[in-house]
Amino acid sequence: MTVAQSSKAFKVRSRRALLDNDLREALGRARGGFVEQRRAAFEALPEFEALRDAANEIREHTLSHLDYYLERYAANVEINGGTVHWASTAEDMNRIVVDICRRAGAKLVTKGKSMVSEETDLHHALKAAGIERMETDLGEYIIQLADEPPSHIIAPAVHKTRAQITELFHANHARFGIEGRAEDRTAIVAEARRVLREAFLSADVGITGANFLIAETGSNIIVTNEGNGDLTSCLPKVHIVTAGIEKVIPTLEDLSVFLRLLGRSATGQEMSAYSTLYSGPARPGDSDGPAEYHVVLLDNGRSTMLGNEFHEMLRCIRCGACLNHCPVYSHIGGHAYGWVYSGPMGSVLTPLFKGLEESYDLPNACTLNGRCQEVCPMRIPLPSLLRRLRQRQVEAKITPARQRLALSMWSRLAARPRVYRFVTNLSMRSMAWLGRRRGALRYLPAGRGWTRGRDMPAPEGATFMTRWRRRGEQDT
Amino acid sequence: MPAMFASRNSVTWDERLKTGFFVTCLVDLMRPSVGFAAVDLLEDAGCDVSVPERQTCCGQPAFNSGDVASTLPIARQVIEAFADYDYVVVPSGSCAGMIRTHYPELFENDFTWRRRALDLAERTYELTTFLADLAGWRADAPGGSGKVTYHDSCSGLRELGVREQPRRLLAQLENVELVELPDSNVCCGFGGTFCVKYPDISTRMVDDKVDCVADTGAPVLLGGDLGCLLNIAGRMRRKGVKTRVYHVAEWLAGHHDRPGIGDPADDDR
Ligand code: SF4
Repeated sequence: MTVAQSSKAFKVRSRRALLDNDLREALGRARGGFVEQRRAAFEALPEFEALRDAANEIREHTLSHLDYYLERYAANVEINGGTVHWASTAEDMNRIVVDICRRAGAKLVTKGKSMVSEETDLHHALKAAGIERMETDLGEYIIQLADEPPSHIIAPAVHKTRAQITELFHANHARFGIEGRAEDRTAIVAEARRVLREAFLSADVGITGANFLIAETGSNIIVTNEGNGDLTSCLPKVHIVTAGIEKVIPTLEDLSVFLRLLGRSATGQEMSAYSTLYSGPARPGDSDGPAEYHVVLLDNGRSTMLGNEFHEMLRCIRCGACLNHCPVYSHIGGHAYGWVYSGPMGSVLTPLFKGLEESYDLPNACTLNGRCQEVCPMRIPLPSLLRRLRQRQVEAKITPARQRLALSMWSRLAARPRVYRFVTNLSMRSMAWLGRRRGALRYLPAGRGWTRGRDMPAPEGATFMTRWRRRGEQDT
Repeated sequence: MPAMFASRNSVTWDERLKTGFFVTCLVDLMRPSVGFAAVDLLEDAGCDVSVPERQTCCGQPAFNSGDVASTLPIARQVIEAFADYDYVVVPSGSCAGMIRTHYPELFENDFTWRRRALDLAERTYELTTFLADLAGWRADAPGGSGKVTYHDSCSGLRELGVREQPRRLLAQLENVELVELPDSNVCCGFGGTFCVKYPDISTRMVDDKVDCVADTGAPVLLGGDLGCLLNIAGRMRRKGVKTRVYHVAEWLAGHHDRPGIGDPADDDR
C-alpha cells in the first residue's frame, strides 16, 4: 500500500498498468457501460442543463456562506441529539473517530463507503488501535480483502475482473465455511451478503460517509445501490458520519436537484437504489437506530481552496463521471494516480492535498481534451484547473529544468520571426531530406518521446512562410 | 464588438474582406501544402488573403505547460500582427481556440491588452467554421472521391463547437462519402507535449483511434488539426497501416492526389 499511496511513482505505475491484461479487461468493460448508460440517462432528461445550472448556483451560494450553513447544520444535528466534531486535519479526524470507538468499547466496526475515510487513511488508525474493520460496500469489501486502495471513487473495485473476485473470495471465505467458488455476479453478491450479515449484527460502531449534509434539518444522506449503508448505520449502537465540510447544502429541496444529477452522472441511474437520510440517534419510541450519533466534519485543506483559483473544485459531488470519460484514466486505472482520488478530479485534488512536487505528474498527464469538463454535472473547468496547477509548478520551479529551458528557448525563438524563419526552414529541409524515402522518420534524436511509439511524418521541405515569400517575389 | 460586426455584415462580400491567415507553426513547418490549400479555399470564397510576416506560433506549447511568462510575448506578437484584418483564419481548432478563449484569459489583469485580445478573439475563426458559417464556401470542382472518415479534434470540438462545419463542407464534394468514426469525440492521445512526456499512455490512446479508423473501412482519414493528424499518421506508419491521412483543407481544395501525411514524397520535391 505504501508504494501505491505515493503519487510520485506515477510513470512506473502507469506503465505497469498498461501491461496488465486483467486491468485492461476490467476497465474496458466498465468504461463502455458507464459512458453509454450516462448518455442514455441524460438524453431522457430534457432539463439536464437547467438542473446543472441550479446545482451550480446552490453550491456556489453555499460555498460563499459556508460558515453560516455549517453552523446551521451543526446546530440542527445537536438539536436532533447528535454530536458534531470538527477535524481540521486527517489526523484530527482519525483521532476523533478512534476515541469514539474506544469509548464505545468497540471491537468491530462496520463501514459504508466513505471517500473521506480513505482520504484520512482511517483504516490504519483503526488497525493501530486494535479495532477490526469490515467494509460493507461490495466494492470496498473486495479491495479490503485484496488489501488495495480503491481505484475509482464510486466503483472502488472496478479494476478487478470477475475471475479475480471469485479467487479472492475463495481464498478468504474458507474460514466462514464456504467451500465452492462464486462464479457469477449473483453468486458473488450472495456470498458477500452471507459473510457480511454476521458483521452487521455484531458490530459495535458503524461508520459511513455522506453524499450531502442538509443544513435545514441537520440530516445527512447516503445513496447506495446495496443498502449496506442502512445496515451499517442502524444496527450498531454508535453511528459515526464522516464528511468533508464542502458537502453541506441549504435545504431538502436543494437535495432533490443534486440527487437527480448524481445517479445519472455516476452510473446512468435515474436514482440510486437506496437514498437514506439520517438525522440523529434513535428517539424514545423508535424501533431501531443507534444510541449515539456523531458527525465528524473534515477540513483537511478544503478551506484554503475557498476563494482561491481552485475554488471551483469544491463544487465536486464525487460522481465519478470525469473518471469514466477520461481517456487517460480508462487506460491506466485509478491506482496509477497513487492516492484515493484519481482521474481528472483526483489530478486536481491530489496535488492540492499532497503537494505539487509529490504529485508532479498528475496535472501533466492529461491531454486537456476537455471531455471531463463536458460531462461534469457541476461544470468544473477541470482542464483549466490542471493548467493552473502546471503554472504553479512552473512558478515553484518544480517543473524539470530541462523542460523549462526547452520551452523558454522555443518561446524566445518564436518571438523573433526572422531568426525563427531561418532556423525552422533549415531544420525542416534537413528532416525532409532524411525522411524522403519513407515519408516518415523512425527516430528523432531530439524527440525520442515521440518516436517511441510512432513515426514522425516527414515535413514537406521548405516551410510555408519561406514558400509564401518566394511566391510573392515571383508574382511581382 | 457587435457594432463592428453589424457594419461588416451590411457590406457585400464582394468588397473583399481583408483576411489575415495565421498558418500555425505545425502547418508552417510540417505541411505547408495545408496552408496553400487553405489560402486557395479562402480566395475561392472571395477573401483578400494576406499572410503577415510577423507570425510564428500561437504560444500554446508554453501556455499549456504552465509557462505564462513565455506565452505573453508570443501572444502580444500575434495580437499585433493581426490587428488590422477584418477576419483572422486559422487552419486548426486548437490554435484558434487558444486565440479565442485563452488570449483574453492571459491578459486578465492588463486592461489595454485584454481589450486588444478580446478584439482579436472576436475576429478569429477556425478554417472550416469560417468557410461554412461565414464565407459560404461552395465547391467548384468535384475534388476527391471515395470513402473518408473524420476525426474531430478535441479543442475545436469542445472550445469552439466545430463539428457540423467540416461535414457540411465535405458534403459538397459530390463523390465523397463520409463514414462516421466510432468514438469520434475521444481524444487521439496527442495533447501537445503530453504525447512526448507520456509516450506509453499516448500510444495506447492513439492505438484505439487507429482501430476505430480501421473499423470504418475508409481508406482516408481527414481532420482539422495537424497535431492530431501527425500523431495518428505517425502511429499508422509505425504499425504499417495504409490509411492515408490529410488535413480536410487539402481535400476541399482538391489536393487529394498528393501524398498523405507520412507517405513517401513524390519525386518533384
Ligand atoms: S469533478 Fe465533476 S465529474 Fe468529476 S467527480 Fe466531481 S462532480 Fe463528478
